[in-house]
Amino acid sequence: MTDTLVRPNDLDRSWRSRLSRVAEAATTPLLPADYLDLVAPLRSGTDLRARIVSVHPETRDAATIVLKPGADWAGHVPGQYLRIGIDVNGVREWRAYSLTHGPRADGLISITVKAVPDGKVSNHLVHAARPGTLVHLEQATGDFVLDPSQTRLLFVTAGSGVTPVIGMLRNLFPVTDAGVVDLPRSKRLDIVVVHVAPSEPDSIFLDNLRELDSHGSITLVPRYDDQHGVLDVDALADLVPDLAERTTYACGPGGLLDALTEHHAEKGLELFTEQFRAGFVEAGDGGTLTIGDITVEADGATPLLDVAEAAGALMPSGCRMGVCFGCVVPLKEGAVRDLRNGAITTADPISSANGGVPIQTCINAAAGPCTIDR
Amino acid sequence: MTTIQKKPVDPTAHLTAEDIENLGKELDAIRQEVLDTRGERDARYIRRVIKAQRGLEAGSRALLLFSIFPPAWIAGTTGLSIAKILDNMEVGHNIMHGQWDWMRDPKIHSTTWEWDNATPSDMWKHSHNELHHTYTNVVGKDNDLGYGIMRVDEDQRWQPFFLAQPLWNFINACFFEYGIAAYDLELGKNLAIPKEKRSEEFKTGVKRTLGKIRKQATKDYLVHPALSIPTGSFLPTLAANVTANVVRNLWTHSVIMCGHFPEGVETFEKKSIDGETRGEWYLRQMLGSANISGGRALHMMTGNLSFQIEHHLFPDLPSNRYAEVAPQVQALFEKYGLAYHTGPLPKQVYSAWHKIVRLSLPNGWLAETTPVNAPKQLAKLYKMTTGGPKVRRAIEARDRQEARRRAEADAA
Repeated sequence: MTDTLVRPNDLDRSWRSRLSRVAEAATTPLLPADYLDLVAPLRSGTDLRARIVSVHPETRDAATIVLKPGADWAGHVPGQYLRIGIDVNGVREWRAYSLTHGPRADGLISITVKAVPDGKVSNHLVHAARPGTLVHLEQATGDFVLDPSQTRLLFVTAGSGVTPVIGMLRNLFPVTDAGVVDLPRSKRLDIVVVHVAPSEPDSIFLDNLRELDSHGSITLVPRYDDQHGVLDVDALADLVPDLAERTTYACGPGGLLDALTEHHAEKGLELFTEQFRAGFVEAGDGGTLTIGDITVEADGATPLLDVAEAAGALMPSGCRMGVCFGCVVPLKEGAVRDLRNGAITTADPISSANGGVPIQTCINAAAGPCTIDR
Repeated sequence: MTTIQKKPVDPTAHLTAEDIENLGKELDAIRQEVLDTRGERDARYIRRVIKAQRGLEAGSRALLLFSIFPPAWIAGTTGLSIAKILDNMEVGHNIMHGQWDWMRDPKIHSTTWEWDNATPSDMWKHSHNELHHTYTNVVGKDNDLGYGIMRVDEDQRWQPFFLAQPLWNFINACFFEYGIAAYDLELGKNLAIPKEKRSEEFKTGVKRTLGKIRKQATKDYLVHPALSIPTGSFLPTLAANVTANVVRNLWTHSVIMCGHFPEGVETFEKKSIDGETRGEWYLRQMLGSANISGGRALHMMTGNLSFQIEHHLFPDLPSNRYAEVAPQVQALFEKYGLAYHTGPLPKQVYSAWHKIVRLSLPNGWLAETTPVNAPKQLAKLYKMTTGGPKVRRAIEARDRQEARRRAEADAA
């Protein structure tokens, strides 16, 4: 063998790159992908998307959405979540949801969504999403995954926080029409699930947890606020006597997680937590504007563009009357108000992670603290 | 056309400041109504148009691989011409206006869109969205008025150079995409500056425009003809691409001329927009634009610029909504006693061309010329063309004097 030997792989690659250069020259200013996406949106090599295969109602306000992901879907570990972008009334909205199962033989993935009051996306997914709809995805992420070396586990879940835990449990104990399957890898596990919900019928996946409980795979300790009162973290040891010997995984709202973190730290217990629900910003009137390293007070009546420029920031700008869109920059955090009609635009952690929500700075004023990019 | 500030009767004289403020509020309400109902239906519309445009372009180009066969050439060239027009008008122009930014789809967004045209999208957005839409029809501020090379207003002093402007206009129409690119670069102004003093911005602009032109030309005049070689169709495909580009150029030029050039459309003095209120800005847009009447296909092919008045009032509303708000807008014109200019395409194109021809000649020349006095008028034109500025001024002064006398005689 010599250094000059061209391997078939390289040849293949150079041919491919030459072909794709020709294809690009033939479609400029668009890309070949812009045409291919119209007919094969789930193919390899394009933006990650998925098609809704089916929507299964879980309770009256929760549903499991089964998705066929694009060819580039890299798979996931139970307990991870993904970001999903869906058009709600024509507007692309991004949210994060846990994957509610382990890797499936059919290659599909699913998320379980609980419709929260005023939740634009969750209500759409639960009540209006139709099979066949194309959605946008990002690869699964999240560190809330099981450590295989631990065998004695406690899951504390609250509300829709049960979803990543269901993902782990379904991977450990697959449920088929014939009942729960006992896998050798799950035999040595000893699992307690403390599931907290406001009331019994609202507890999504309850049937699933009960089935696992009656099969002996897990011990279910349901806690309903209306029957048992609100869970007191300090009384957890009463519910789970061997708490000290278990590794705790908790998923739910911030208040519960904070209380558990404090409790476990005090007792020196191991705890993994997950909070993925997007925080919402209350729109106020005026606030601190941050642009790169500049921070300045902005009142609720002055366009961000004027405020930023007065503070010495070099901003893109145009007509200064909302017409030309020459001043559009991403809103990374916070909320702004359209001075023409009072409409509020809000950033959330997910849109921020995706580059922010584009806003016109010449007709938007601060509606609370906000951060923009240049 | 004379700026409304110099007209004997200002068409807005009957409106009080309060009227104009109320007019602004009523237009704001129309705009708000569209914003409140903007949603899935609109999103579906633009996605369908984009899909149809891409399908048509891909299909036409596939046909042109066999363009040696006349039916394939005709169908392919027709399809490609329509696809290019849709790309530039209903899709490109409107997306770059930010009409679809509200969908938050990064692929259909004013900040990311690029179009099948010589000028790079961000340069076009500056000259079109910022300058033209803000300073619509303000003489000396809105370069769309005559593109800096034509006489489009009586107040511009006539020179023999303008005799050729119908020809310039036709040549500009044939090569319109390059005309726009030159115009976005402010080529005339910048070339007048000595080479070493030209701004960095201009130099990078030239580089980027040439880069884009090279890519577009490579696609149309090299790659696709070359792909047609297996069927022996190199030259027919090349001809098809040239034809489609020229058809697109002629069409877009015609539509754009109809927007602000037909007779009756008003122009404005530079100082008239100092401290202009929102209501006054709306009023200027209403008087400075003209519509084209016709069916749905025409509106689609003009990118809904057939609703130029509505587009200038609400440049960032989705284009599919202009037809819906047009009756409300027209009712406001009536309510406030203003003229809503609209007409079928041939009429508006004729009207715009008539103005170009009329103003290529000295003020009043075309109107005063009859078969009887034609020899005398031609002699006068010859004298003005060959005689130098002093002769021209003397003749113009005498014409004005005669006109005044005639007016006094009529009055008596």
